[in-house]
Amino acid sequence: MALRRKWANTIIFAILLVGAAFMIAPLLWMFTTSVKDRMDVFALPPVWIPNPMHFEKYKEIWDKGPLLSGIKNSAIVAVTVTVVGTLTSSLAAFAFAKLRFPGKNAVFLLLISSLMIPYPSIMIPQFMMFSKMGWVDTLLPLIIPGLFGNVVMIFFLRQYLASVPNALIEAAKIDGSSYLGIYARIVFPLIQPAVAAQLILWFMTIWNDYLAPIIYLNSPEKQTLQLVIANYNATYAIQTDYPLIMAASVIALLPMLIVFVAFQKQIIESVAISGVKG
Amino acid sequence: MTTKSKLYRKEAYWGYLFIAPPVIGFLVFALFPAVYSIYGSFTDWDGLGQMSFIGLDNFKEIFQDELFHKAMYNTVFMMLAIPVGIVLALLLALGLNRRIPGTTAFRAIYYIPVISSIAAISIMWNLAYNGDFGLVNQFLDLFGIKGPNWLQNVHTVKPAIMIMMVWKGLGYTMLLYLAALQSVPKDYYEAAELDGANAFSRFRHITWPMVKPVTFFVVVTNIIGGSQLFIEINIMTSTGGPEYSSASVVFYVWQKAFGNLQMGYASAMSVILGLFIFIVTLVQFKLDRSSEVNE
Repeated sequence: MALRRKWANTIIFAILLVGAAFMIAPLLWMFTTSVKDRMDVFALPPVWIPNPMHFEKYKEIWDKGPLLSGIKNSAIVAVTVTVVGTLTSSLAAFAFAKLRFPGKNAVFLLLISSLMIPYPSIMIPQFMMFSKMGWVDTLLPLIIPGLFGNVVMIFFLRQYLASVPNALIEAAKIDGSSYLGIYARIVFPLIQPAVAAQLILWFMTIWNDYLAPIIYLNSPEKQTLQLVIANYNATYAIQTDYPLIMAASVIALLPMLIVFVAFQKQIIESVAISGVKG
Repeated sequence: MTTKSKLYRKEAYWGYLFIAPPVIGFLVFALFPAVYSIYGSFTDWDGLGQMSFIGLDNFKEIFQDELFHKAMYNTVFMMLAIPVGIVLALLLALGLNRRIPGTTAFRAIYYIPVISSIAAISIMWNLAYNGDFGLVNQFLDLFGIKGPNWLQNVHTVKPAIMIMMVWKGLGYTMLLYLAALQSVPKDYYEAAELDGANAFSRFRHITWPMVKPVTFFVVVTNIIGGSQLFIEINIMTSTGGPEYSSASVVFYVWQKAFGNLQMGYASAMSVILGLFIFIVTLVQFKLDRSSEVNE
């Protein structure tokens, strides 16, 4: 029995290894293509690992288009939205979980129901609204809605707060703490791990967003990173400069990869929770 | 008494203040546009000033619009990737749930495509599917198979995008399954083993029912996500593919709204999409309820 299990585990390990290769190979290929000589891309038989590696493209990409401003714009949007939005979301979660006021649950359900509205169904009026305000081709339409909070984050923080004893908050109230004080001194420190995980996930979503930016941003120097690299793809494919395109895409991928490696545990845990709870 | 009600009023005041931002955000940026979409779908809105009521004309036209039918068919077709992804993810999770070295590393590797920018990933696969020097055909060539020019071929463009969708989403589904599997009490299996249940019946009678909520969650979220497929299509087949064979509903809505400025017509299509998602969510709630009652 033990031997059979050992064999089975070996075979499963091998399968998982092959699977992992399939997951990672396209990304590795993406990288090796970015360090290939332009002609090596077309070489037959294929060149898997170029020798020598050409890292010139990683220098060139910065002059070939607004890559730097793309990174800057993406960072402005993602940082502003997640920092302010996390504050508003966590305050709302605190109120929904721990404060007593009439209509609380009905309002919460109303907010949750907004998850059923897909972005494509509201993007046209939203676009017209922002275009009336003269915000087209600015980052504002990507920033402003997020400042008001994120329903998913509110949902999870509220859930998390359910495990915080009410007595803790009652005691602070009796001590004469203000509600903002209770939030800042008691609630926020307690929910910090959950806040961090949700913030990272939200940051990634915004960083990788594409549909909203493509609707609003026209001028190259106003575009977010994802749009910039899509334009590299459209422009330089005609010149068959594939190493350049891949280098720019690797740059677009890298920040989230670093974030993932750094916060792997928190990300994986909070995603796993979302499924169990959902 | 008065002090208590004063305290209570103060609490309510702060409560409303704290929930005000998301509520305002919801009203202004979600509910209002949603209602306006519905209104716009009954007009010939062109985004430039014209907006007259035309009744159900948009919807009548949509039902005869061949491109819409195609986009709808393509979207539904590509959602067939969902069950494939679910089966693969569950198998992987079952493998990872055993005592095997490197579980953490595997988990992270399978998850990398999930966190990767979908634009960058689409650009990469766009090149990988190139008929002459793409990774996919170079790989197939090792086995002596001559692959097609994936994205330029009516028959292969949809499967190509589906493979990519499975590749991108696998890690996420796998992670959810793994979390569910780890919460199954070990003694269930021990008891079943003592009763002489073989591996398959252990899976059928213990594992499958225990992970059912996750399967349900994944199916619903994938249908909602899949029906909004856009980025991959926009980057990999910027014209909607050969003979419009990879265009999705959202791609068509986007083209009509922001390319042709047929805002009313596009709104009508987006309302149909919204209704579809509403129904899927409703079915989820219903089924969720009934499964709870059964247990």
